[in-house]
Order: sequence, then C-alpha cells, then structure tokens
Amino acid sequence: MKYIIAVIRPHKLEEVKRELEKNEIHLMTVVDVLGCGRQKGVTEVYRGVTEVDNLLRKVKLEIAVNDEYLDKAIAAIMKAAPEGDIGDGKIFIFDMAECIRIRTGEKGNLAIG
Amino acid sequence: MINAADTVWMLIATALVMMMTPTLGFFYGGLVRKKNILSVLMQCMVILAVVSIQWVLIGYTLAFGPDKGGIIGGLEFAFLNGVGLAPLEGQTIPHQLFVCFQMMFAVITPALIVGAFAERIKFSGFLLFTILWSTLIYDPMAHWVWASGGWLFSMGALDFAGGTVIHITAGISALVFSILIGKRRGNGTSSSPHNLPFAVLGAAFLWFGWFGFNAGSALGVKGQTVSAFLNTNTAAAGAAVTWMILDWFVHKTPTALGVITGIVAGLVAITPAAGFVTPMASIAIGAGGSLLGFIFVSYVKKKLGYDDSLDVFGVHGIAGIWGALATGLFASKEIGGTDGLFYGNPHQLWVQFVTVVVAIVFSAVGTYILYKICDLILGMRVDARDENIGLDLTQHHESAYTLVD
Repeated sequence: MKYIIAVIRPHKLEEVKRELEKNEIHLMTVVDVLGCGRQKGVTEVYRGVTEVDNLLRKVKLEIAVNDEYLDKAIAAIMKAAPEGDIGDGKIFIFDMAECIRIRTGEKGNLAIG
Repeated sequence: MINAADTVWMLIATALVMMMTPTLGFFYGGLVRKKNILSVLMQCMVILAVVSIQWVLIGYTLAFGPDKGGIIGGLEFAFLNGVGLAPLEGQTIPHQLFVCFQMMFAVITPALIVGAFAERIKFSGFLLFTILWSTLIYDPMAHWVWASGGWLFSMGALDFAGGTVIHITAGISALVFSILIGKRRGNGTSSSPHNLPFAVLGAAFLWFGWFGFNAGSALGVKGQTVSAFLNTNTAAAGAAVTWMILDWFVHKTPTALGVITGIVAGLVAITPAAGFVTPMASIAIGAGGSLLGFIFVSYVKKKLGYDDSLDVFGVHGIAGIWGALATGLFASKEIGGTDGLFYGNPHQLWVQFVTVVVAIVFSAVGTYILYKICDLILGMRVDARDENIGLDLTQHHESAYTLVD
C-alpha cells in the first residue's frame, strides 16, 4: 500500500482528477495549500506597501492506493499536471502502514478501494 | 416650476440607481472564481468613477444636449455649461438632478458588459474600451431613444427605463465582445461560482435598486411612478418563479442561481414596459423574459459555444429584446398613454421592432470596431500565465482571500 501526495497547479486539478478517474482511481483528498518552491511568487501591493510573497497557491492531492495502482496513478498525474514551466509541482510517495475503513472496520487492501 | 415632492423622489431614485453598479459587482463577483472577484468589483467601481466624469464633461451633452438632426446632442452643455437648477421644459425637477439621474444609467450600462469578458480581460484595455463605448455607443443611443428630437424618439419608440438603450445595447455588445476575446482557458471544467451568497445579495439589492431605475424613470411622483413600481416587483417575482419551475422540471432541482438569474431577467424585461402596462401584463412579461433567458443560457449558449462568462447576452440581451417587443404588445393607453398590439395598435409593435433592430446592429458593429481599435492599441486579453494565476493578483497585485493570516 502506498500513500501519494501530489502538489499541483490549482487550475490543473480538474484535468488531473479526470485522468485519475480514467485509470479507476476515484478516491482522493484535495486541499488548498500555499507553497514555495523554485517558482517566484507574485508581488502584492497594499496602499503602496509592497509585499513580496513567495508563497503561491497550489492544490495538494492525497491518494491512497494498492501497489498495483501506483504506476497508473503516477502516470495519470504526470500526464495531466505539467505545463513544462517551473511551478508544475511535485509528487511524494510513502509506504503506508495501515488503512482502516471506519464504517466496517475492514483493513488493508480491502479498505482502500 | 420645481416640485418639491418630485425632486425628493428623484434624489432618492438617483441614489438607488447609483447603488446598482457596485451591487452588480457583487452579483458578478460571486459568480466568478475566487482568484478574479476583485477584478470584477474593481471594474464596476472604476466604471462608476470614470463614467461619472465622462458624463459631466461630455456624455450628458452628447445624449441630451440640443438635438442635431436627430442623431446626436450638440455640445452646448459640454462641461455642464449652462446646466443649472431651473427645470427643463416639461420637467419639474432641477436640470442638474436630471443630469445626475441619467448619469447613473450611463454608469451601469457599460458595467453590465463586465460579465461578458470577466476572468480574462486586461485592465488597461477594459478601461479604454469603456470610455470609448460610453461616448460612441451609449451616448448616441440614449439620444436617439430618449432625447426629444432623437430619431427613434420621434418615431414614437417606447422605452420607459432603458430596455433598449441599456439592456439590448449592453447585451449585444457583450455577445460580440465575448466572441472576439475568445473563451476562458479551461472553460466548462472549473468555472463554477465561488460565492453564491454574494450573487444572491447582489440580485437582492439589484431588485431594490431597480425601484429607483424604473419608478424613477417617471421623473416625478405621478400615477406612472406607482405603476412602474408595482410592475417592477411583479415582473421580478413572476420571472423568479418561472425560472425556478423550469429548473425544477428540466434540471430536476430548483436552484438559488436559477432564481436570482430569473429575477434579473424579469427586471430587465419589465424595464422598457414598466410605465406602460398593467400588473397582469407584467407577470407575463417577467415570465417571458425568464423563459427566453433560460433557453438561451441553458441551450443556445452551449450549442453556439461562445463564452459569455456570466450570461450578459442571455439575460440582458434576450430579456431586453423580449421586453422591448412586449411593450409593443401589452402597452395600454390607460397606464402610459399609448396602446400596443393587444389594445388594437399594431403600429406600436412595428416601431418597437425597428428600435430593437437598430439597437442590435448599432451596438454590434460599434463594439466590433471599438474592440479592434483597443486591441491594437493596448491588447484586450491577458496572457495564459496571468489568466491561470487570476486577474486579482496579476492585474491589481491584491488578493481577495487569504489562506493563512
């Protein structure tokens, strides 16, 4: 079992979601986040006071998958998320110790799907 | 002779109409994505300021200055020269108050178009376009229909509060503009309204402001004022109910966005007819505006594929055309002094039809030319990066909402 965290551009969310669904990955958690990487932020000015803010809006996807779905999930994100410029985001992959469906108490592979 | 009661009512009506432009900003602002709400609010506030100045410098005299050949007002009132407190002939309010009341109409008309190019317009291009459009499209159109001596006015065109001058010109210009500027990126996948409560609040206060808009267009306190007031409310109500029922039957669920869209369609439809028809007719006019708006927003737009972001054409253009024609059907001598087709005067419908066609052609061609000029000088559309990040940050270096403090 793997846990995937992907940080992507906000306007790419719909495309990525569609691509994941095409690959039968329907379960995910989505959060609005601010992040900073190598992409420069946008300068904000309030009443003449400039604030160089290097935190940019991103969307974070969190997806739990069984091992056989890992490559499909990564391929889907890699296909839909990039624009080819700095700021396309990152994918982090973790080994997952356990997964439990609260309603039934099912554990492991059964609980993910 | 100045009448105190008329003057008091018109001062209030003017303030009510002023409020409609920022209110429209919230109506539109709630419907865009959260990265663009400030840009829409900003455009509405700036139009309020810029067109107010344009109006006292040159706009008023082009629209209501002494008539030159039925085509345009002369420059006699430029910079409000000689415009004092003494009422105009046939009026009972100070001349300057008439200037103010008409100013608010000149302000809200270009603001309506904001909904067509929302989420992808360059601010500088928008500003130049607005100034040119107000001066070269709105001012002549207002003269033709409303000023004594204007050629459509002389033909006997009925437009009580601006169905043709305001809603058809804005609606058609919006359609042409949205085609020329092109679709938003990713349109249809991620452009759902980010704050419907703002949009509901906007619609509520538009309804409120519309009492000033329509009942104020009687230019005083008389029978027509009250007729217009009642008709405005009744048409908005009829339209809201109609859209709700259509939503329920066709899309299986009644929606808040549907009801507020219906309200605006009904208010638009009754605008040209408000002081000319009976309350029963106003239900039909409101319902008709809603039905036609529904068809255009739900089906025609999808089919033709233009991206009129917030349905300025579908709601204002279409309901405006319907309202102008419906005035020629339902007008009754008892209410406003002129009969329409249903009261045995088919000629009125013909006059209304001609007026509608003129408004459509003039605003479509005019907007096309002005767009091309502004696009050449300043550029009208932001680049892909700016559009993706949002207009708030890229055009104004501000953001409406923070994620962390």
